[in-house]
Amino acid sequence: MKHNIYIYILIMAAVSYLIRVLPLTLIRKPIQSRFLKSFLYYVPYVTLSVMTFPAILDATENPVAGLCALLVGVVAAFAGAGLLKVAIACCGVVFLAEWILPLLGL
Amino acid sequence: MTGITANEYRKSALRAGIHDGIPIGLGYFAVSFALGIAARGAGLNAFQSFLASLLCNASAGEYAAFTLIAADATYIELALMTLVANARYLLMSCALSQRAAGVNLPHRMLIGFDVTDELFAVTIARPGKLEPFYFYGAMLMALPGWSVGTALGNIAGNLLPARLTSALGVALYGMFLAVIIPPAKKDKILAGLVVFCFAASYALSRLPIVSAIPEGTRILILTVVIASAAALLFPRRDEEATA
Repeated sequence: MKHNIYIYILIMAAVSYLIRVLPLTLIRKPIQSRFLKSFLYYVPYVTLSVMTFPAILDATENPVAGLCALLVGVVAAFAGAGLLKVAIACCGVVFLAEWILPLLGL
Repeated sequence: MTGITANEYRKSALRAGIHDGIPIGLGYFAVSFALGIAARGAGLNAFQSFLASLLCNASAGEYAAFTLIAADATYIELALMTLVANARYLLMSCALSQRAAGVNLPHRMLIGFDVTDELFAVTIARPGKLEPFYFYGAMLMALPGWSVGTALGNIAGNLLPARLTSALGVALYGMFLAVIIPPAKKDKILAGLVVFCFAASYALSRLPIVSAIPEGTRILILTVVIASAAALLFPRRDEEATA
C-alpha cells in the first residue's frame, strides 16, 4: 500500500527532534553505561560507512566513476579537506570520469 | 558581565553566532542540493523536501529516511531508521546538556531543534557555558541554507543534464566520507571498522537471498549489529566516548 508523505515527514521530524531535545531537557547527569556510550560513539561511523558503500557505485551512471569518487573522497578527507571541499572533489571527479571513461571504452 | 547589559551581551553572542554560521549555511546549501535530488527520487515534491529539511536538519538521517520512503517502508521502519541514523545527536545533546547549567527549558527546547554535526562543533568549540543566543545566530544561517538548498535541489535536479545530476548525487557520500575518514585516520579501531562496514555492506547487497532485504532495513540491521559488536569488543574509555 502507498503511505502518506506528510505522515512520513511528521515521523521523521518528531523522532529527529525528540532524540535531540530529550537529552538536553531530561538528562542532567552523564550516561553511565559503558556499553551504551560505546555503542552511541560507534553508530555514526557504522551507519555512514554502510550507507556510503556500495551505494556510491550505484549513484553514478557508470560504477567506475563512483569508485573514482570514493577513492578521491577518501584521499581528500584523509588530507584534511573539510565537508564542502570533499563533496565538491567527489562531484568534480564523477563529472570528469563520466566524460573521459566512455572515450576509453570503459 | 559588569559594564555591559544582558541585552548587549545577547546581541554580541548573536552576532558571533551569525558570523560562524555563514560558512555552515553556505556548505549546507551546496550539500542539501544533493539531498533534494534524493528526496525527488523518493517521490517528494519541492515543498515536501523543504519541509522535511526544515523540520529534521539531518543529512544522514534524512537520506536514510528518503531511501526507506522510496521503498514504501512502514511508518515503524521509518521511525526506527530515523532513530538509529540520528543516534549520534543523542550523544551530542548529552554533551551539550553538560554545558547548559542555568539555561532554562524554553532555550533548551529551541537549541534541541538544530543540534547538527556542524552547529555542535562550533558551539562546543567555544569555551565556557552554552550561550543560547550564539547558537540562535548560527541557526539563523544554517536553517535557510539547509531547507532552501533541499527544495532547489529537488526542482533543479530534474532540469540538469544526467551527467551533472550523476555528479551531484555523490556530494552526500563525499560529505559522509569527510565525517568518517578524519577520526579513522587517528584511530586504528575506527579505520578497521570503516573497512569492515564497507565489506559487510557490499557482501549483503550482492549475496543471494540477503540482497532481497530492502536497502534501508539492511542499513538498520548492519548499524545495530556492527555498532553493538564494536561496543562489546572495543569499549571506549570515558574521555573517548564523549569526544
